[in-house]
Amino acid sequence: MSDIVQNILKGDQRSIARLITLAENNDKIATTAMKDIHPYTGNAQVIGITGVMGSGKSTLICELTRLYRKLGKTVGIIAIDPTSPFSGGALLGDRVRMMELAMDDGVFIRSLGTRGMLGGLTSAVYDVVEILDACGKDVVIVETVGVGQAEVDIIKIADTTLVVIVPGLGDSIQTLKAGVMEIADIYVINKADRPGVEQTIAEVESLVDITCSGKDRKTPVLSTIAKQGKGIDVLLQEIEDHRSYLEKTHLFEKQRRLRYEAELVEIIRKRLMSFIFDEQTCKQRINDLLDRIGEKKTDPYTAAEEILGTILK
Amino acid sequence: MVERKIRVLVAKPGLDGHDRGAKIVARALRDAGMEVIYTGLHQTAEMIVEAAIQEDVDVVGLSLLSGAHMTLFVDVAKLLKKNGLDEVLIIGGGIIPVEDVPKLQKEGIAAVFGPGTPTEKIVEYIIKNVKR
Ligand SMILES: Nc1nc2c(ncn2[C@@H]2O[C@H](COP(=O)(O)OP(=O)(O)OP(=O)(O)O)[C@@H](O)[C@H]2O)c(=O)[nH]1
Ligand SMILES: [Mg+2]
Repeated sequence: MSDIVQNILKGDQRSIARLITLAENNDKIATTAMKDIHPYTGNAQVIGITGVMGSGKSTLICELTRLYRKLGKTVGIIAIDPTSPFSGGALLGDRVRMMELAMDDGVFIRSLGTRGMLGGLTSAVYDVVEILDACGKDVVIVETVGVGQAEVDIIKIADTTLVVIVPGLGDSIQTLKAGVMEIADIYVINKADRPGVEQTIAEVESLVDITCSGKDRKTPVLSTIAKQGKGIDVLLQEIEDHRSYLEKTHLFEKQRRLRYEAELVEIIRKRLMSFIFDEQTCKQRINDLLDRIGEKKTDPYTAAEEILGTILK
Repeated sequence: MVERKIRVLVAKPGLDGHDRGAKIVARALRDAGMEVIYTGLHQTAEMIVEAAIQEDVDVVGLSLLSGAHMTLFVDVAKLLKKNGLDEVLIIGGGIIPVEDVPKLQKEGIAAVFGPGTPTEKIVEYIIKNVKR
């Protein structure tokens, strides 16, 4: 086992931070380290938080974390923000709401850009969850920004997914109606100090009545004022209740399996793409095929079959 | 397939009240393809260094308007060293008297950019001087 893995298992902050960087950069060292780390994972409870921009996700995470710390639990936080498709850069601002946690040894916060992935996650997120899990964090919280239809990948990673909604935003109710946000295990109506809360709660509840009819669990709808730390204790209790529900119904194993499946698919996808678009292997052939597609000498399907043919041989 | 990205922590130590300059620089660095971790106002040196460790940044950019830069900048630089983050490039910005610049450089603040410095200059400096 490499030094970096040993240090991570001891909880060394710099090693944790460095391996996350290596994983993000698809470095070979990370691949080896992640193989060694896997046996030490599986203990952390993983919570996902998604919702429209500015709905108060980071503030909620800060308050939840403070409560978990009071209960003696250690917390890892992964805050994901979109990478700009134009520059490849990213402005990662979630820490602003969490700086009071910075001095606590029992909390590790890492900000990540999506780096070209759709669905609100970054392809390194599986590794980062495993690293924080292996270093001994009891709870790992993942924040992703929900900009619309595609932001559902979080459910593959989290044991419990929270969808944050704010009062008076017709939009978020619309996405709910479209079935997009049926991913929630718990709905959180944050900014309950704002006008229109009752109506929003009623609207979400009536949707829940429809989507959960005939199911053995009804998705709870809670209201919070994250900025004032209100409603957080009830939220934490609901998260724990959901966890017990998963265990009781054996959905927990199913949920974890879903995560491993998503991770496996992602690793294979990444490997295939880098093989195909690598200068040494297929890149030149791809360029030739692109020329031929343009000249109508072949078509995209035939070209794809040709490329896959070489790989699968 | 290794895809390195320069990661920069932009922090605003001390008590002075606004962070417009810091935000403008943060955006410019993002537009230059960097990942910018923004931490907001009123940071202590300890908080900044802790964030720099967890975020594994290549660069720490400090912005300041009040006269307390000498102690605050130097505190951050010393604490980074103490934690073994010698490779991190430290740069500062804000209203800093010219006679203080050499002193800051001696303490490990690699460069200081006055108000109105074109952001391209800062981008260029980082790309040239980042250590890993
Ligand atoms: N009125 C009110 N404001 C809140 C509440 N919770 C958070 N806010 C404010 O809402 C703004 C956004 O909060 P964040 O926690 O950054 O929201 P976010 O969802 O993480 O935002 P992004 O990460 O940018 O999508 C901040 O100004 C918070 O202070 C609340 O319960 N009531
Ligand atoms: Mg946030």
